[in-house]
Amino acid sequence: MAVVEFETPRLKEYPVIPILQAGAMAHSQPFAAAAPIQKALGFPGELVEDWQEQAIAKMGELLGKYRSLKVYLDTCVHCGACSDKCHYFLGTGDPKNMPVARQDLMRKVYRRYFTFTGKYFPKLVGAEDLTREVLAEWYTYFNQCSECRRCSVFCPYGIDTAEITMAAREIMDSIGMGQKYSNEIIGKVHKIGNNLGLPGPALEDTLAGLEEDIKDATGADVKLPLDVQGAEVMLVTPSADFFSEPHVESLIGYAKVFHQAGISWTLSSHASEAGNFGLFIGNYEQMRSISMRVREAALELGVRRIAVGECGHAWRVAYSFWNTLIGPFDFLDQNYPVPQHICEVTYDLIRRGALTLDKAANDHRIVTFHDSCNVARGSSMGNMPRGQFIIPREIIRACVNNFHDMAPESIYESTFCCGGGGGLLTDDLIELRVKGALPRMEALKQVVDEHGVNFMATICAICKAQFGKVLPYYKFDMDMVGGVHQLVSSAIRLGAKQ
Amino acid sequence: MAFELNGNTYETDEEGYLVNLGDWSEDVAGFLAQQEKIDLTQNHWEVVNFLREYYNDYQIAPAVRVLTKAIGKKLGADKGNSKYLYELFPYGPAKQACKIAGLPKPTGCI
Ligand code: SF4
Ligand code: SF4
Repeated sequence: MAVVEFETPRLKEYPVIPILQAGAMAHSQPFAAAAPIQKALGFPGELVEDWQEQAIAKMGELLGKYRSLKVYLDTCVHCGACSDKCHYFLGTGDPKNMPVARQDLMRKVYRRYFTFTGKYFPKLVGAEDLTREVLAEWYTYFNQCSECRRCSVFCPYGIDTAEITMAAREIMDSIGMGQKYSNEIIGKVHKIGNNLGLPGPALEDTLAGLEEDIKDATGADVKLPLDVQGAEVMLVTPSADFFSEPHVESLIGYAKVFHQAGISWTLSSHASEAGNFGLFIGNYEQMRSISMRVREAALELGVRRIAVGECGHAWRVAYSFWNTLIGPFDFLDQNYPVPQHICEVTYDLIRRGALTLDKAANDHRIVTFHDSCNVARGSSMGNMPRGQFIIPREIIRACVNNFHDMAPESIYESTFCCGGGGGLLTDDLIELRVKGALPRMEALKQVVDEHGVNFMATICAICKAQFGKVLPYYKFDMDMVGGVHQLVSSAIRLGAKQ
Repeated sequence: MAFELNGNTYETDEEGYLVNLGDWSEDVAGFLAQQEKIDLTQNHWEVVNFLREYYNDYQIAPAVRVLTKAIGKKLGADKGNSKYLYELFPYGPAKQACKIAGLPKPTGCI
């Protein structure tokens, strides 16, 4: 891999606001999407000639479509409450990574072209032309926001920088300035069915191998069914669950839960991906067409329920957008949540006493839980307030004897992003990813030192991959991260109920 | 991007992955490994060859579990785990070994 020279931040005893380092991350940009990748999504292959005009027209279109965007750009009073709330600012010290500064990159252009004072007295209100330099800054710093929405929790006006980032990326895509990682992946979903590019036969072979592994390990015939017509539940899960460690351990966990509860279920080769990077690039049409595969697969297989595996942003899209994007779901069983998170499935079974869980099987683990941003700040669970925080923790407590939460300012709705969300989980941004993980690593170190925590559970494929990569930079073991259903998988007793 | 080897030019993407699968040869693998600061031993070759065979059959690199199982069978059960694969390919068996094997980089949340 290209050798990137940078220093991993030192873990401090308690978090402090970093000394400002202007331009510290000005060099960090993701690879641009090449023409074929762009064109496959209907975007121009390269920067169009009249890019400025088109970008401003697109901005006007978005301002008309999303009232919230205009409100966010109008209402900020520059109070500074958000400025030290972004993990990328805390990890890099680059003032442009303060959420308000990130917003201002768009705000100054908005003022110049869409407000009276900005049009006639630009200097008075800090309005600026959309120049090439400004556009380059957009590409740099709107690709240093993981759209985690932490800043919005602390803003007295609820201004959501994530939405501004999404709009900026949408504008850039529309003039031919796409980001390789996200756009290449979206192309694969349409062409092959999932982010990985895992074709049906490979998926089938992988699942058969996993069934063998489970049989060897437990003696039980736990199945991982694919494209089974008339199954009760269709599970849509991130394709990383098929491919990677530790993700696959959770996939095995889901399979054991369905097996033990006697619920017929299936995966789908047509919808072999829960992730939806359409969200990350702020493109409604992509979000819709990627989601549509799920509806099509559910109808085709004739299932009664749709469950979603451990994937943070997929759950946000499913919970908050599916109904509008691909509803109505009147063909599904209305006695269950539509859609249903796998944690809701398991939690419900635990409460009904349908699973036997042996906590001692996890006694080698001292566990903490990392709330994933899209679950924490973009969804809920269990039809109860704060269910998205309560349910995963209740499952963990049912499976382990040793659990310790991290510092309150780093969990629940104040959780820190893993540092790799929002379409930034790519090697070309490794410096940003390592530095952006700093606040989470500091909170983790505290519970490691105080309680000997050796396992951080999470319910997001991106978080798992990101931590697996960055933990070693902070001298932690990469195996420290894993899934909630990995813990379920260890604890669950298979076979007849005693 | 591109590199030269024995008078031939090989096209790569931004990250050094071969653009044309057909360009791969053992010499090319040796060169790519060198770039990664890896000395290819027999055990590295077992992994590289398995990746290529699997890709040939399935048009994708094998999942980590599939790979560890296959390597365990070839090199002994004590080597059939991702820890061992990380010893061979410190930047991650999926990405680094794929590069040396001349396969495209696996994408997604991995
Ligand atoms: S949404 Fe998250 S990453 Fe983006 S500016 Fe706010 S805190 Fe930072
Ligand atoms: S907290 Fe809200 S109002 Fe205050 S500077 Fe940040 S975005 Fe503006």
